Amino acid sequence: MPNNKEKKPLLEVVDLKQHFPIEAGFIFKRQIGAVRAVDGITFTVNEGETLGIVGESGCGKSTTVRSIAQLYKPTAGSVIFDGLDLVNAPHEQMLDARKNIQMIFQDPYASLNPRMTVRTIIAEPLDIYRRRGMLDPSVTKESIENRVEDLMERVGLNRAFKNRYPHEFSGGQRQRIGIARALALNPKIILADEPVSALDVSIQSQILNLLHDLQDELGLTYVFIAHDLAVIEYISTRVAVMYLGKIMELSRSSNLYKNPLHPYTKALLSAAPIPDPVIERKRQRIILTGDVPSPNVERFGCYFYDRCPYRMEICKNNIPPMKRMNEHHEVACWLYE
Amino acid sequence: MSNGNSLKTYKNLLEVRDLRTHFKTDAGIVKAVDGISFTLNEGETIGIVGESGSGKSVTNLSIMRLIQSPPGKIVGGEIIFENKDILKLSQRELRHIRGNEISMIFQDPMTSLNPFLKISTQMVETIRLHQNISRKEALAKSIDMLKLVGIPAAEERIHNYPHQFSGGMRQRVMIGMALSCEAKILIADEPTTALDVTIQAQILELIQELAKKLNTAVILITHDLGVVAGMCDSVCVMYAGKIVEKAKTEKLYAHPAHPYTDGLIQSVPRLDKAHDGKLFSIKGQPPNVIDLPDCCPFHPRCHKVMEVCRHHYPPTKDLGDGHEVSCWLYIDKKEHPDA
Repeated sequence: MPNNKEKKPLLEVVDLKQHFPIEAGFIFKRQIGAVRAVDGITFTVNEGETLGIVGESGCGKSTTVRSIAQLYKPTAGSVIFDGLDLVNAPHEQMLDARKNIQMIFQDPYASLNPRMTVRTIIAEPLDIYRRRGMLDPSVTKESIENRVEDLMERVGLNRAFKNRYPHEFSGGQRQRIGIARALALNPKIILADEPVSALDVSIQSQILNLLHDLQDELGLTYVFIAHDLAVIEYISTRVAVMYLGKIMELSRSSNLYKNPLHPYTKALLSAAPIPDPVIERKRQRIILTGDVPSPNVERFGCYFYDRCPYRMEICKNNIPPMKRMNEHHEVACWLYE
Repeated sequence: MSNGNSLKTYKNLLEVRDLRTHFKTDAGIVKAVDGISFTLNEGETIGIVGESGSGKSVTNLSIMRLIQSPPGKIVGGEIIFENKDILKLSQRELRHIRGNEISMIFQDPMTSLNPFLKISTQMVETIRLHQNISRKEALAKSIDMLKLVGIPAAEERIHNYPHQFSGGMRQRVMIGMALSCEAKILIADEPTTALDVTIQAQILELIQELAKKLNTAVILITHDLGVVAGMCDSVCVMYAGKIVEKAKTEKLYAHPAHPYTDGLIQSVPRLDKAHDGKLFSIKGQPPNVIDLPDCCPFHPRCHKVMEVCRHHYPPTKDLGDGHEVSCWLYIDKKEHPDA
């Protein structure tokens, strides 16, 4: 069996739903509806791979990873990490498992506390878990200090900058601090929420290369969110395309780009600009009309119905199931039933 | 007026010559724009690409004379628009040009629309400021503009407030407003950066279509090389306040001359190409533009750096067909100053 090691699922998300209540009333609050940010998604992430999630803003990408990290309490469904269902596990067990799940955030300015030095920022996860007594007893103050220096070196920061504050660094360097912090607890999986979209082109490629190297060296698994399709294609093993809180298509990254099946994926790919004027001028674009509809209403048909150029009668009142087209390619669309 | 002269004014709509905009800060003088020149022809779309802090936006704010002074100051150069130097105009004359002859759309459509006023109020105000027409006519014209930019049910939507529109729709309103006075030049400062790809495609298509229809010249500022490839006739690449390379779009992508341009194009992951292994990346950080010494600002990051680059700024060399580059690689060794 080839690649047996890579096939082991590390994270399983089963029918995850994350609804946020909309409330009305001044004293007696009552719920008048819900924002269905994530509305029933299922996928697995195998050990050592990178799962990319793409989609437009408001499609639920960030909510998905935040629900996985248990930053929100999911409305329904389960998140099984290494055999433990994080949603229903006792708090202590969940915390212990969460050592292995770390996040990198989009905005390198907002995600670092301006009053903490780089040292404190990177050591914070270690300090917290040490105080809770959930780390190996051999971890001491000195060993944390060494760990911080090693991490800084590893992500390409000079260890002499240990006592500086975030404002003394540029965007790319701050993102490196964020990555070092995420690595502090030696996690198995890193949830990266648009880690490069706030960076300049030349810095973006540096960070992508760094993440790539870290994965090779430390055997990390990534769930990587981006809205830039080219970035996702570069970094991911498999890609999930999300729209309005649903996964529309899930496939090997190379397959998805060569042979997109879902009309939404096709439109998304054709809308992404390619930096080559010769190709760019010859391309036929599928331009979607309209905007993403409101996620506040419950839907009974295909979530993409309003904007789909190929919509049929059946799409209106039936939610298409995820259909496996081949070993690596799944799509939720009535065109393929 | 001689024949040659009128022909020239037809061709060159806007000419920027050796523009310098500096900002005084506590840390020193920031040369945000430091001696850039380019020409914009009628109906042409020109792209200005660069990373943050390279001076793209300041260039365009200088063209509109919107630099706040102090701390900013346009310390030198000329901006020739219709045989007049914009830098020498009075406030009154400027008001005639702003929004009327040259108009601008910004990155964030929410902050550039007034949230307290209805779209109709804002559009009518803009039109009546520049054209001597009645409120009714201006309203009719605004509705026409909204229809042109593809707002459904424009007659009703015009009486909405900005928050009732989505991001893409707001940007459409901005474009409609910018073009409502038949401006000759449209400056689009990162018009799609805040938008999603599918909406970006809609907006870019719209700008392109309207520019053709109304024969408007466009200056498109962006950091996205993909957007430039699809939209622009020619491109200026900016780095640390200077234009380092200028060429026709096809030429620039096929044969980038400056190591920075080359690195920039190579460091973007591409959908249409198979990738193996690592991305090319330019090492280091963009320079701090405060008190930059007189050397090539790119030399600490350049993979083809020579000794001369560390001490002298390279002259601009014409490689033919409007392709200009500022790099010592293209200057004959004999002409190098002794370093």
